[in-house]
Amino acid sequence: MAVDVGTGLQVEMVAADRVVWSGEASMVLARTVEGDVGILRGHAPLLSLLTDAAVEITSPDGIVHAVVDGGFVSVADDRVSILTQRALLAEEIKIDEVHAELEAAEHLPTGDEREERIRRAEARLRAYEASRG
Amino acid sequence: MAVSLREYRARIKSTQSMKKITRAMELIAASRIIKAQQRAQAAAPYARELTRAVSAVATYSNVDHVLTTEPESPQRAAVLVVTSDRGLAGAYSSSVIKEAERLVEKLKGEGKEVDLYLAGRKGEAYYRFRGRAVAQAWTGFSDSPSYDVAAEIGATLIEAFLNGAGGAEPAEGSTVAGVDEVHVVFTRFVSMLTQEPNAIRLLPLELAEGAEPGSTDLLPLYEFEPSPEEVLDALLPQYVVSRIFYCLLQAAASELAARQKAMKSATDNAEELIKKYTRIANQARQAGITQEISEIVGGVNALADANAGSD
Repeated sequence: MAVDVGTGLQVEMVAADRVVWSGEASMVLARTVEGDVGILRGHAPLLSLLTDAAVEITSPDGIVHAVVDGGFVSVADDRVSILTQRALLAEEIKIDEVHAELEAAEHLPTGDEREERIRRAEARLRAYEASRG
Repeated sequence: MAVSLREYRARIKSTQSMKKITRAMELIAASRIIKAQQRAQAAAPYARELTRAVSAVATYSNVDHVLTTEPESPQRAAVLVVTSDRGLAGAYSSSVIKEAERLVEKLKGEGKEVDLYLAGRKGEAYYRFRGRAVAQAWTGFSDSPSYDVAAEIGATLIEAFLNGAGGAEPAEGSTVAGVDEVHVVFTRFVSMLTQEPNAIRLLPLELAEGAEPGSTDLLPLYEFEPSPEEVLDALLPQYVVSRIFYCLLQAAASELAARQKAMKSATDNAEELIKKYTRIANQARQAGITQEISEIVGGVNALADANAGSD
């Protein structure tokens, strides 16, 4: 049973300048522009756009929480790759900086930049809190 | 003779301190080059996955995208020249510039006007000194480029391409002059000993359809969300930026390799010079001693002669 949980999906989370996480997992939860998507073994080939949001990977060593700034998810033959310009694992998130960023963004004039920065900071916050349980 | 001996000693000293500097620079370049190579390797998976995704969309949907469409009669081209920020890297910057000049000549021969975009202080200095118009220059990152810099350069070049030169009105609020094609001249890192200046055409993109080289299995039939057009729309700019990032990383590794090589030969030359000057200095010292002895002997002889005469 334990074997069954661990294997199933080969997951690679790749940022522009490094591989953030890679390994085996039983499930990947991500938020695409169309809504949340859960990927299990045998998922149909998919290429979808992600929004700035938290990503959850259920691996044999526990759930990996991460946050992506947009990007793509592609699924094929039980291989999941999450491609994004910038990605952070929950333990890499510096919560003080996120709070400061959120504060700074809220003082910006209303506009796309403000929206984007708030959205990104909130996604980090959610990923951080999710990893804390 | 004594004067030139002092001169030679001073020269030996200054060459020695120069040797220390070049030696230090050689070692620094050697340690940074490993880091640069690691960065290039770390960026490879992203580029690989992105290429896979792009070729998947290109294969399974007949989507024409503005970034892949050849303008009918290109009139204006942008050339991005990737040089270094600092010198002391041998012929690194000048060979890139030479390659760029060749490309510019070729484009002009095809009747296109050329807008220059520069990365690195050396290139900027070269063109500004010659009073050539530079569309935009980015500096200060040549030996460790970050993805953000590539994203900034990419955004500018894509904007220029989207504005187009063919009489189309530039987008509102856009200050970038339109172009019909975008070329990049950079140095490809072949090995520690060889770095080749290279010119590639970045835009319009040429998409390789079908499976990536090396894999025989066909790409799966993807489902695109929200739609193939929108996925491609988001993918292609990323793809362009990733290509630029690749060029910058290659250039950084090449720059460091060129610097290491240049500094190594500078150190070797300094050693040669020190050897040569030491020999000349020894000769001069010996000549001085010989002269002194012959003067003393001559003086003694003269005295002896004078004494013999007075007796």
